[in-house]
Amino acid sequence: MTTAATRPASLDTLSWLEAEAIHIIREVAAECERPCLLFSGGKDSIVMLRLAEKAFWPARIPFPVMHVDTGHNFPEAIDFRDRRAAELGVDLIVASVQDSIDRGRVVEEVGPRASRNRLQTVTLLDAIAEHHFDALFGGARRDEEKARAKERIFSFRDAFGQWDPSNQRPELWNLYNGRLNRGEHIRAFPLSNWTELDVWQYIKREDLEIPSIYFAHQRDMFERDRMLFPVSEFVPRLPGEEPFPARVRFRTVGDMTCTAGVLSEAETLEQVVSEIAATRITERGETRADDRFSEAAMEDRKREGYF
Amino acid sequence: MTTASPDAPVDILGPDHRSLLRLATAGSVDDGKSTLIGRLLYDSKQTFIDQMEAIERTSRTRGEDAVNLAYLTDGLRSEREQGITIDVAYRYFATPRRKFILADTPGHVQYTRNMVTGASTADAALLLVDARKGVVEQTRRHAYLSNLLGIRHFVLCVNKMDLVDWDRATFDRIAEELTRFASRMGVTDVRAIPISAKLGDWVVEPSSRMSWYAGPPLLELLETLEASEPPQHHAARLPVQYVIRPLRDEYHDYRGYAGTIASGVLRVGDRVAVMPSATESTVVAIETYEQQLHEATPPMAVTVRLADDLDVRRGSMIVSAEHPPVAASTIDAHVCWMNERAPLRERDRLVIKHAAQTTRALVEEVGARLDVNSLDYDLTASQLSLNDIGRVRLRLMAPLSIDPYAESRETGAFILIDEATSATVGAGMITSGE
Repeated sequence: MTTAATRPASLDTLSWLEAEAIHIIREVAAECERPCLLFSGGKDSIVMLRLAEKAFWPARIPFPVMHVDTGHNFPEAIDFRDRRAAELGVDLIVASVQDSIDRGRVVEEVGPRASRNRLQTVTLLDAIAEHHFDALFGGARRDEEKARAKERIFSFRDAFGQWDPSNQRPELWNLYNGRLNRGEHIRAFPLSNWTELDVWQYIKREDLEIPSIYFAHQRDMFERDRMLFPVSEFVPRLPGEEPFPARVRFRTVGDMTCTAGVLSEAETLEQVVSEIAATRITERGETRADDRFSEAAMEDRKREGYF
Repeated sequence: MTTASPDAPVDILGPDHRSLLRLATAGSVDDGKSTLIGRLLYDSKQTFIDQMEAIERTSRTRGEDAVNLAYLTDGLRSEREQGITIDVAYRYFATPRRKFILADTPGHVQYTRNMVTGASTADAALLLVDARKGVVEQTRRHAYLSNLLGIRHFVLCVNKMDLVDWDRATFDRIAEELTRFASRMGVTDVRAIPISAKLGDWVVEPSSRMSWYAGPPLLELLETLEASEPPQHHAARLPVQYVIRPLRDEYHDYRGYAGTIASGVLRVGDRVAVMPSATESTVVAIETYEQQLHEATPPMAVTVRLADDLDVRRGSMIVSAEHPPVAASTIDAHVCWMNERAPLRERDRLVIKHAAQTTRALVEEVGARLDVNSLDYDLTASQLSLNDIGRVRLRLMAPLSIDPYAESRETGAFILIDEATSATVGAGMITSGE
């Protein structure tokens, strides 16, 4: 007798995680009518896209990909996004925060610390309604943050796009409930059980191309709140925030307004993975200004419908 | 299996052969569970500088003398406000030998459904006992539910040994009591360890204060626990999730059946039956994106092609023709009821999802309700309330291809869904069917 959840000794952790993710992606595609994959050009969504490619091979990925573009992204990531979508022959939908601002759906923050991070939620929810999506794949991981540690793999959103952490659907075994009523949708997180290091090891194993900003490069930076931010037209600098050239790489791909870089000499994937493995600071703690405002910053944004 | 030596750092750039162990633990606020998990994360060097700074701040703000490692597992705002763990949280840590996923669940009676959720995917249960209190109701409930959910490996941590003067007789008594309880249920693999999560004794490092315990420390035990069994012991099952038809010239006649191997070994050339019709065919290919395989084992995600053009769709199951599952239109099962809005009553109609198949079920009979404290069954029960577990008979609209849960979690488990709200309201473990 065997319990089927046990794994043969031959399947290593990465292969197990890959199989689980493919299983989840196939469940979503089978149970939901209009899924869509969120693709930012960041490393997690690059892994997601590869897994989707594998899940349906030799058929093409049976759903479009969407990027919520704040207009403040790294140009390197945008170039990469367009090229990768074209290579795979998938439909790329770009939902633009600038459009939401122009149409008066949101009001832009002003000042040197202004960010479009929070505005993305409205653009995203509008795009979901416009395209009638009933499932969105995201690359979020449970190891990222404490609100995510408790989030389901099939995470239910009500008709307002909200997540209610105290009323989540129980999720047992690998039996996912994709049933919805009108206007509701599912956020599906196939990488829930991956850690940051798993993602990097997988990128290495699959030899996946990633945007150049993940590798050490020369860039003009300035210091704010003990973090190094890239100089860009989107971020007015405060007095004393003098730019200086530095060799940096980025651990995540987000807005240039809230994504900090780390000093690094890692020019190859091997060197990046070595640095990640040796790092003693969390990914979000080190480089995401958006999570540092309050102890429950992510929990609050997720309730509103954030990724 | 290749395992790295405990001292050698893992070559993270090369192939990583580390296996994965999934653990489930349960407990309430004061039994030291959060401290133990914090200690495992801290001593296995899984904590980051910014996390440590945050919990140092929190400990100071709350007026504590020392850094409280329990804050490492702090949860959602509503949970902090109420000082309890409500939902399952998943924690990740790794050692040079193994990677771990730990489902951290609340232990209170009113959160039985969360405990069941955490246990549903676990290979081993981490049971925590306060040395001063011994085996209590909650310990027995956790052990019972773990066993019901198919966990065959128990690790008993007798915690707070510092508060009983590191007394060996206390530990022996508790270990013996739980071992006896487990063996009555048929669980023979129980490892007991005396620890102090707060001070670190026998968690990651050996303890000189309890040298009467021969070891190994908890973390080493978890690293070496052999929880997986060979898949050959059960017949092949492949629930079809998705039919792949590329509709491209080079794959003109291609029809592939995509799914995750649920049990057994599926090999090219195998004679298989497609359930529920039981029509037979032969496996001509097992494919993944990378390669053509000769055989596939759980939990590999593959695409299978058959020699004959049969009616195969989502919800069909490709199985060993020699040992097919039962195509059941009535099933008996243990059901954990999870609906706070209404009890489960006889004559209720529900949606049932089993493997990749969804159909409807009618509750024919609620036969018995488990008292999760005394662990007796109340045979007079006729309904199940929130967090109740009972024996239920369901009549199905379409037959499901089932195996007993004790033999296969994947083809022996199901969930129940409320048709009106679409919420998941129950979880079931099949005992038999016809």
